[in-house]
Amino acid sequence: MNAPTIAGQGIMAGRYIGQRSLRKEDPRLLTGRGQFVDDISLPGMLHVAFHRSQIARGNILSIDCAAARDLPGVHAVWLAADIERPGFEMLSLYLRPTEVPTPLLADSIVRYVGEPIALVIADSRAIAEDAAALIEVEYEELDPVVTLAQARSGPPIHPGTDDNIATEAGDEEVDEALAATLAGAAHTITHHVVHQRISQSPMECRGIVAQANGIEELRLYITCQSPHMIARWVSQALGYPNSAIHVIAKDVGGSFGLKNQPWREETATILAALKFGRPLKWIEDRYEHLTACPQCREQEFTLTIAYDKDGKFLASQGDYSANNGAFPQGADNNLAAHMFIWAAYKMPTYGFITRGWYTNTTGLAAYRGPWAIESLVRETAMDVAARKIGIEPYELRRRNVLKVAEQPATTCLGMPVDDITTETCLDKLLENFDVPAFRREQAEARKAGRFLGLGIAAYVEPTASAGSINFMTGELAQVRIEPTGKVTAAMSTHSQGHGTATTMAQVIADRLGVPYEDVTVFEGDNMHGGFGPGAAGSRQGVAGGGAAITASEMLAAKVKGLAAHLFNASPEAVSIEQGMVHIAGAPEMSRSLREIADIAYSEPMRLPPGYETGLEVQFRYMPPPMTMTSAAHACIVEVDVETGFVKILRWITSEDCGTVINPAIVEGQVTGGLAQAIGMVLLEEAAYDARGNPIAATYKDYLLPAISDVPVFEFLHANTPSKTVGGMRGVGEGGAIIGPPTLVNAIADALSPFGEVPVNLPLTPSKLLSVIEGRDIAGHGGRGAAAAPVAVAPAAAPAASAGEAQIDGEWKMTMSTPMGAQEMTGHFATDGTALSGHLMSAEGRQDFTGTVEGNKLKFELKVEKPMNITLKYDLQVDGNAIFGKVKMGMFGSSKLTGQRI
Amino acid sequence: MSEPQSSFRVEMTINGRAKHATIEARKSLGDFLRDDAGYTGVHLGCEHGVCGACTVIVDGKAVRSCLMLAVQADGCEVTTVEGVAQADGTFHPVQAALREEHALQCGFCTPGIVCTLTALTKGDQKPTEEQMLAAMSGHICRCTGYQGIRRAITRLAAGEAA
Repeated sequence: MNAPTIAGQGIMAGRYIGQRSLRKEDPRLLTGRGQFVDDISLPGMLHVAFHRSQIARGNILSIDCAAARDLPGVHAVWLAADIERPGFEMLSLYLRPTEVPTPLLADSIVRYVGEPIALVIADSRAIAEDAAALIEVEYEELDPVVTLAQARSGPPIHPGTDDNIATEAGDEEVDEALAATLAGAAHTITHHVVHQRISQSPMECRGIVAQANGIEELRLYITCQSPHMIARWVSQALGYPNSAIHVIAKDVGGSFGLKNQPWREETATILAALKFGRPLKWIEDRYEHLTACPQCREQEFTLTIAYDKDGKFLASQGDYSANNGAFPQGADNNLAAHMFIWAAYKMPTYGFITRGWYTNTTGLAAYRGPWAIESLVRETAMDVAARKIGIEPYELRRRNVLKVAEQPATTCLGMPVDDITTETCLDKLLENFDVPAFRREQAEARKAGRFLGLGIAAYVEPTASAGSINFMTGELAQVRIEPTGKVTAAMSTHSQGHGTATTMAQVIADRLGVPYEDVTVFEGDNMHGGFGPGAAGSRQGVAGGGAAITASEMLAAKVKGLAAHLFNASPEAVSIEQGMVHIAGAPEMSRSLREIADIAYSEPMRLPPGYETGLEVQFRYMPPPMTMTSAAHACIVEVDVETGFVKILRWITSEDCGTVINPAIVEGQVTGGLAQAIGMVLLEEAAYDARGNPIAATYKDYLLPAISDVPVFEFLHANTPSKTVGGMRGVGEGGAIIGPPTLVNAIADALSPFGEVPVNLPLTPSKLLSVIEGRDIAGHGGRGAAAAPVAVAPAAAPAASAGEAQIDGEWKMTMSTPMGAQEMTGHFATDGTALSGHLMSAEGRQDFTGTVEGNKLKFELKVEKPMNITLKYDLQVDGNAIFGKVKMGMFGSSKLTGQRI
Repeated sequence: MSEPQSSFRVEMTINGRAKHATIEARKSLGDFLRDDAGYTGVHLGCEHGVCGACTVIVDGKAVRSCLMLAVQADGCEVTTVEGVAQADGTFHPVQAALREEHALQCGFCTPGIVCTLTALTKGDQKPTEEQMLAAMSGHICRCTGYQGIRRAITRLAAGEAA
């Protein structure tokens, strides 16, 4: 076709690139002819169900499988020892042994509700479930470690470990120079974000059909993010050659980070199939998915930002914790969140401490933008900071954003960055949205008792990671013109809804010069193509697209070389258009690709010397280490102050994903992520009770966004080509990263007359009502309900005045004592200078009275353990943070820190 | 639970073809359509009546096949997503509109949506956009953010489909 693609220039308008081509996948999916894992049935296949732990933490005293084994139709009931396999080891997502050994079936102890204990093999799923329910397990129940707070102070959940820290990085002590900058700044805010636990909830649950082919080979049908990744993982875990493992995943009903790797149930089914010798199928049902499947998020982030009188950033400090559950995909402290928190802004210095904690809950898995909390905490903190000095939040962003002209640059953590276009996206957004006009509308609406809010957020994310994570490098394209003249490609990409069979076909048709209809892309079978990690880290359009472009151009060159030889022309004179090969100036020599291909495959004597027969090319594209995708979004909401319900009135996206291969697919990725963002901010919560029982066990309890919850989105595309082949930027995760802060900021703006809205997701109507009702709107000076679960911070105040400190409410506090960290919840109520309240800790409830002066509170408590002493609390409140000292008699002083709940 | 289950003989028409079977009373229509009749286009998303993926058409009405027992469909005429297009493969207007508007990604929830909208637009019925949106509130799509589904509904309401 035309001149070869040059990296960094992008392909902004091709014959097919940039078009809203109809999807190749849709005809089969719209007629019920897709092939999902539960659609597979093999001769002799039996069904698996698991008996699962009913307690979160305890010792197994006995297991009685007799009744289950006696049930007609049951073939086997197996426990941990029955499926053991010498040399087998459960691996992490990173293909290494998990930090804490992960048993396939619980043996002597159980570590979360839903943990598999026994595997039943039966004629049908129904019989297998009946049998699983007949198994009786006797436990010695232990107090579970469920929350992050309990993980910090509770006993280690894994035997042989010292504490529940799965992994940590950074420094506990704030760097001295950084601390001095924080202390000396004109303004400092400390902002705390609590992100609830989320269930990925793809519409197709997990599932596998495992078939041993003889004793050396396996065939697996599994719902996954990449059949290549599954084969590689199973190969390494079992010690089989990779090529002995045939993995098929033709259609996958969504994944969102969950299905990167086989989990315990899938792996147990594989080992059971190897031992039993017949094909086994395990299909997770929705109850299992919501109560026993790995989940995601459940994080806390405290971010301090110091800035000068003009809003210029000076320094920042972050403290992050994540609930890793009992058996995460790999111990995770989300280092990426710290690496990227300030990548798009000019922040001179940043320090952090970051930890993952083990608890008696299901393990942590990935979810669309696993590091997204950095954008949530930063962008919501920036709005609080802007309100504090009385400027528009977008203005604070403009003053601090890393400008395009200032790059390449180095972040405050020493990471080189380039090609970040957050500034471009923000400018484009503000050009298309009239903020002053909205402020006038907002003011008018407030007079009428309607509370409108505007949220703006901006961000950058690294996409198409290549080289820094062991399983994420290049992507492969094998493109061939078949003897029929039709084009087929085997790609390393894989779709769980991403439409890569469409976008890769568009790219190939465009670069090769053939009709889109003539191109078929094969994925979903590891016997096609070569290794790729699949849909992970927003990589496929960028890395797969680059591979498809280059391979197609190489193949076009091969066609041109052959045609030039056949027609005695120069290769430059040959062009390929719509499947026809033309020679410039000689229209009579035009031939169909079919005729050329037939010669290439069938008539070696007519080929140029040294020319390989056939028309096929393979290319693996390794993109730059990171390709930056930026965006800025604006959202307008109305919060009903009578009910606490949030209605999203408008949402404008301004994103830069470089070359857009198919706008409909790009927009679908953005809006799918935004719907998940709306779920995270307003609806979804995979909650646990105090005993570690999952309490959102159905979709009546776990609320997914429905069509009525999601507005119509508006799009602005910035389209700055990236430096990759083709100029694409990844777009899979962005909506789920920038969506939450955009929506939270809009809600906080709407409710700013009532004070700051604590970012404790989900922001349910009842939580927002607490913010609304926690303060006397009429201004009679009353305190409102002292028991309001969400305390109220001061409303936007002039810069110089700190306003009256809000002490009333509940506070989560940690005291460092010589015996270790002690967790407690403080409940404070003020009346003038009088303070009353109580502390709740593992020791129980202790009531006290004390005094208040400004933002300082003092009170004393007598304790009897470890001896009779009086604890003297001397604390200060700063916004949503509390800190101070506790004098403990002869034991000296302990530091206390905490946040408002 | 471990007692042998009682069996019943059922007859129904599925996508225009007669189907006879002897089944357990406890078998859901969804399981029956998938496992006994082979219509794997019926997708079970939650099996408790919330997500709508398993929706099929029973005697003209959209029904959640996970909440209906197969024995309750005895004597009924059932249409699954496999039976919605014309015999020659021509898309039903609902399928055409969904495709044109990029209303699906992974496609797992799609069969239920096709059946709901097909039942709603059957014959002379002219549902409004609001009525179709209201019907869609019984379907969960985790992928698309519903944008294409909204556009497809607009198109269907305007009678523009294919």
